[in-house]
Amino acid sequence: MSEVTSKFDVEKIRKDFPILSKEINGKPLVYLDNGATAQKPQVVIDALVNYYSSENANIHRGVHTLSQEATTAYETVREKMQKQLNAEHKEEIIFTKGTTDGINLVASSYGRHHIKKGDEIIISAMEHHSNIVPWQMLCEEKGAKLKVAPINDSGEILLDKLERLINPKTKLIAVVHISNTLGTINPIKKITALAHAHGIPVLVDGAQQVAHKMPNVRELDVDFYVFGLHKMFGPTGVGILYGKKEILESIPPYQGGGDMIKTVTFEKTTYNELPHKFEAGTPNIAGGIASGAALDYINQLDWEAVHAHEAELLEYGTAQLKQIEGLKIIGEAKEKASVISFVVEGIHAYDIGVIVDKMGIAVRTGHHCTQPLMDRFGILGTVRASFAFYNTKAEVDSLVEAVNKAIKMLK
Amino acid sequence: MSIKERQEEVIEEFAMFDDWMDKYEYLISLGKELPLIDESKKVEENIIKGCQSRVWLAADLEDGKIEFTADSDAIITKGIISLMIRVLTDNSPKEIANADLFFIDKVGLKEHLSPTRSNGLVSMVKQMKMYALAYQTQV
Repeated sequence: MSEVTSKFDVEKIRKDFPILSKEINGKPLVYLDNGATAQKPQVVIDALVNYYSSENANIHRGVHTLSQEATTAYETVREKMQKQLNAEHKEEIIFTKGTTDGINLVASSYGRHHIKKGDEIIISAMEHHSNIVPWQMLCEEKGAKLKVAPINDSGEILLDKLERLINPKTKLIAVVHISNTLGTINPIKKITALAHAHGIPVLVDGAQQVAHKMPNVRELDVDFYVFGLHKMFGPTGVGILYGKKEILESIPPYQGGGDMIKTVTFEKTTYNELPHKFEAGTPNIAGGIASGAALDYINQLDWEAVHAHEAELLEYGTAQLKQIEGLKIIGEAKEKASVISFVVEGIHAYDIGVIVDKMGIAVRTGHHCTQPLMDRFGILGTVRASFAFYNTKAEVDSLVEAVNKAIKMLK
Repeated sequence: MSIKERQEEVIEEFAMFDDWMDKYEYLISLGKELPLIDESKKVEENIIKGCQSRVWLAADLEDGKIEFTADSDAIITKGIISLMIRVLTDNSPKEIANADLFFIDKVGLKEHLSPTRSNGLVSMVKQMKMYALAYQTQV
């Protein structure tokens, strides 16, 4: 074991996550579906319980103490998030319901304002349906066109082909940071440089990224960055949209309602300032506050050690799985996060998923909401093991053993 | 044998298995043995799309009884289909439409019929009943 890994006490970290000691079908849970949602440390669970037990009040409204305290707690998380992402202004941090909600907000507000008939939006071949469908809906409404940047057989975006898609009609590029199916880490900095050279803004779907490394939005120079908290060990139903201030100020609100207005008369409503302009209605206050606890939790980890540990899981898992006859890894990008998708010749991914579940192992099977990507590889679905920092090499062994057993039963 | 009796027979068979492995090995063997569906019936209009595995289902009415044939690309799904067909096929549309399928729960396969499994089975059972209702008007 490397020196870095030995410093990283994974057994101690596992104790922070109560669900990891659960048994499934009489076997210790081996949770390898972190790409779908990550487990929550006790501090996050405590923050949720504590909020409802002793802090619950609506925010941005009441003059009473409880409401003011809840508002402060909620707004403190916005500031924490700003620092974490290295955003210039705290108004650039918009609370959403999650990644999908963030993309829909941009498609709706930015799209309605800036996309016109004949315009073009570029995405990549490895996008999640959440980063395809909102743009398709927009294109349909506006008579615009969706262009798709192709990928190579390893699962990497072909940047030269992407560049060739850019023309004066291109109004936005929307790409995923880490592919949920392939694990590919896309070169966002290169893509924003390319896009900005032509004056085109870039939206990045960071859903998977935030489980592995917090993005630096100013360094990446993204115009929009979206993610959900539940994949970064926080609660479900909370997400963040980062947007550059000048862009957010220039576009109309998304939904109408309370909190997003300045004045309302039956004749005319004026809208609130950023960020509240995009936050209509009572938000997920408990989730927002508990997201702060998730941030505090990940910040006390030694991230250098986390990266080394995740890299080791990926390398070890890939090597072990590759030894299985008939197994093929889908997605072998040079820059890859700890996600392993695979197919086994002659066996349906669903069957493998069902059998390994009986052995306590949680993996995802199917098309992973990336059907066009499955078509690109000529497959119907894969089995996906996605690792978080609390996973162990012993769990990789359990997975390999279970897959072997499943194949033996199913052949 | 009535639909009820057939279900009791399946339950009895499954009672012999001590652990999940035996049960699933049996299901897999059932899946492998399921008579091949006529290729002419493996068409787009007979497909029941689950998010994960696909199911083809055809129903023919002969002498007042429905004969089901089906297939799937996942073998465990196919094994469960095999049980469904064994229980329901060759009965009158009325019997099928009114059948209470209690065996799935009793043999511990209920999880496969939960909507989150997205394996096409839930829709398949619905579709079998729909065929029965449709054919009821013809007998």
